[in-house]
Amino acid sequence: MPELKTTRSITKITKRVRHQEQGEKKAKGMPELLKNEKDFVVPGEKIVESMDYIPGRNCFRDGNAIRSKKIGVVSVAGRVISIIPLNGTYAPKVGDMILGEVIDIQSNGWVVDIGIAHSAYLPLSGIREFIDTTRTQLSSVYNIGDLIYSKISNLNGPDSIHLSMDDVRCRKLRGGRVLDINAAKVPRLIGREGSMIRMIKDKTRCNICVGQNGIIWMDGENQDIALEAIGEIERQPQQDGLTDKIAAMLDSRVKPLQTQTMVTNSTAAEKPSPTGPEPEVAGE
Amino acid sequence: MLIRNQYITALANKGQREDGRKLDEFRQTRIEANPIANAEGSARVWIGKTDVIVGVKLGVGEPYSDKPDEGVLVSNAELSPMAHPDFEPGPPGEKAIELARVVDRGIRESHAIDIRKLCIKEREKVWMVNVDTQVMNHDGNLIDASSLAAIVALRNAKMLHYDEKTEKVDIEKRTGPLPLLDIPVAVTIYKIGGRLVLDPTYNEEEAATARLTVSTTGDGQIAALQKGGTEPLSLDEIRECFRLSVEKGREIRKLI
Amino acid sequence: MKRADGRKADELRPVTIKVGVIPNANGSAMVAMGKTIAVAAVYGPRYLHPRFKQKYEKALLNTVYMMVPFSTNERVRPGPSRRSHEICKVTREALEGVVCLEEYPKAVVDVYINIIQANAGTRTAGINAASVALADAGISMKDLVASAAAGKIGDEYVLDLAGKEEEETDCDVPVAYVPGQDKISLLQMDGKLPPEDVEKVIRTAIEGCKQMYEKQKAALRERWVQKG
Repeated sequence: MPELKTTRSITKITKRVRHQEQGEKKAKGMPELLKNEKDFVVPGEKIVESMDYIPGRNCFRDGNAIRSKKIGVVSVAGRVISIIPLNGTYAPKVGDMILGEVIDIQSNGWVVDIGIAHSAYLPLSGIREFIDTTRTQLSSVYNIGDLIYSKISNLNGPDSIHLSMDDVRCRKLRGGRVLDINAAKVPRLIGREGSMIRMIKDKTRCNICVGQNGIIWMDGENQDIALEAIGEIERQPQQDGLTDKIAAMLDSRVKPLQTQTMVTNSTAAEKPSPTGPEPEVAGE
Repeated sequence: MLIRNQYITALANKGQREDGRKLDEFRQTRIEANPIANAEGSARVWIGKTDVIVGVKLGVGEPYSDKPDEGVLVSNAELSPMAHPDFEPGPPGEKAIELARVVDRGIRESHAIDIRKLCIKEREKVWMVNVDTQVMNHDGNLIDASSLAAIVALRNAKMLHYDEKTEKVDIEKRTGPLPLLDIPVAVTIYKIGGRLVLDPTYNEEEAATARLTVSTTGDGQIAALQKGGTEPLSLDEIRECFRLSVEKGREIRKLI
Repeated sequence: MKRADGRKADELRPVTIKVGVIPNANGSAMVAMGKTIAVAAVYGPRYLHPRFKQKYEKALLNTVYMMVPFSTNERVRPGPSRRSHEICKVTREALEGVVCLEEYPKAVVDVYINIIQANAGTRTAGINAASVALADAGISMKDLVASAAAGKIGDEYVLDLAGKEEEETDCDVPVAYVPGQDKISLLQMDGKLPPEDVEKVIRTAIEGCKQMYEKQKAALRERWVQKG
């Protein structure tokens, strides 16, 4: 008897798996979506009336239906429906690189304002070098008002955000300028695997740090042009051909380096750059 | 943010600004006359992202005993918490009170309103002119924006009919315009680093160490002054402020 | 029946909604219903101080309703009144059920509503603006909230009372409606009427809320979807 039971349940499972696979490969036989991929939705709007789909990020189940929780665009991956938000404050995630200002020094770490409801904390254990607190003042390492680029190392509830400087990208930023953008637009500014921000950095020769929390630091002679590019991305992040448009804008605005004009034909030297980043963004 | 203040100060010392303007250049200024139908007169002014509405309401009240034949000007400003993340709800703080009083002083001391004409019955009844400033969005230079909105609102204000028999104001009956004699314009000059700057944004105000508000009249006289900020100013700087405010005042007056 | 402003009984006043009117705020909206204009701005979720007010399990929703001094014919004295305190409370309760406050523990979501011009129905206009502003701020919500008032003049059930109609009506019933759940989150009534009639008044108001909901959606779309 028990054996029979197992075989039965196995067939059940295999059936379910097969069903899942089919669903992922092609949405045939799946109920029709009321809102399609990339459609704009407001909170409460019904995306599908079916138990065959699973609510992902920024969605919730309501009876048989799946509804949106935010203003955003629909994203469908297999059976999972999620919403890419268009606005909202930054929600911290472990591993994110963020920018913040040191606002307080405590006995064994620094309090960092990261522009959201709760401050983050950079403990002494989060920095790479060893500091003997009996000899060194913590303010000589990071002082109040310092801007630091750091990584979220640990989250324990909403008001316990721990930072660490244990990453090659982490550092204290000196000089330069700071701007705030809508944190929901940061993924677009960074681009697929960093393609967009890398292009802006390369073409403007600016030093730019993008915090996932929407705070951006930059320094360099062409920062006004970089700023314009970032502004354009923030204003119209969903437009088609955004990467090409930004690339064209940067090429027309940024003056080539003096060393490049030394090359016999300066325009020829500039030519490869517009086509350069294309393979990286081909998937967009 | 400290790093932002340092950047703005360094730029100002080079004669530059964050948004590429010249030091004495205003942001785009837009005036909408009478947006509020229920007010006797109103104006909305945008200077860049700064957005201010001023409404003028008339009422009847008793005159001050030392000025029995003069109408009364009452100013009030609300730094609504909707206008900036740092503004808090509650009774007006010192910032709001200073704003209201600087707006008031510019109008009062330039004798812009012909207050003698606002007397209904000597010693007993005069018109009370309430000038209420409502800040909708704060991105710096609130004094200039509010003063400008106030004078435009007053210029567009209509007097009401007061029925002496029933002792009531007839809101439906709007008579002639409010009697005005002048158009005072306030221009506030900020000191950032070693330079004088006009029309600062919020970030620039944060980096400023001193400011001087100069209200000028149509004929180029100074009607009111208010210095703010912690840094003292030299007489040379103050003279330069006077020159700037007369010059800018003339430009702004053309917008009205 | 002919109404004073020429509307049909089940017709809203002309509605204009603009989203993103306060650049400093995380989300904002202006709602004009006829001559009534409400502006709402949302800040947060942000740090709540004093600390003892923080709630461990969810955010606090803080609504502040205010009429600006020049919004009415008779000047409004600045500062809170008993009336505005009550409206703050019912507005908060009308919205609290749809905002996913549990996603933002120990924080506060501030909603500031200013009535810059008043001509009947300021609380409904305020709720409409606040709901759009919350959505605009990207705050997690289960639904939008739409609001409208209705009344009964003579034998007619009339939607969205304006001007002198407020004096003529047998009752004034502001309703806030959650369209996705088909539920009511604000219900008040001034007046005297048998229960069956009250239900009809509520139904009239709900129909108005449904119209309002469509306008709210359209306004958010206009703000966030690029043309072309």
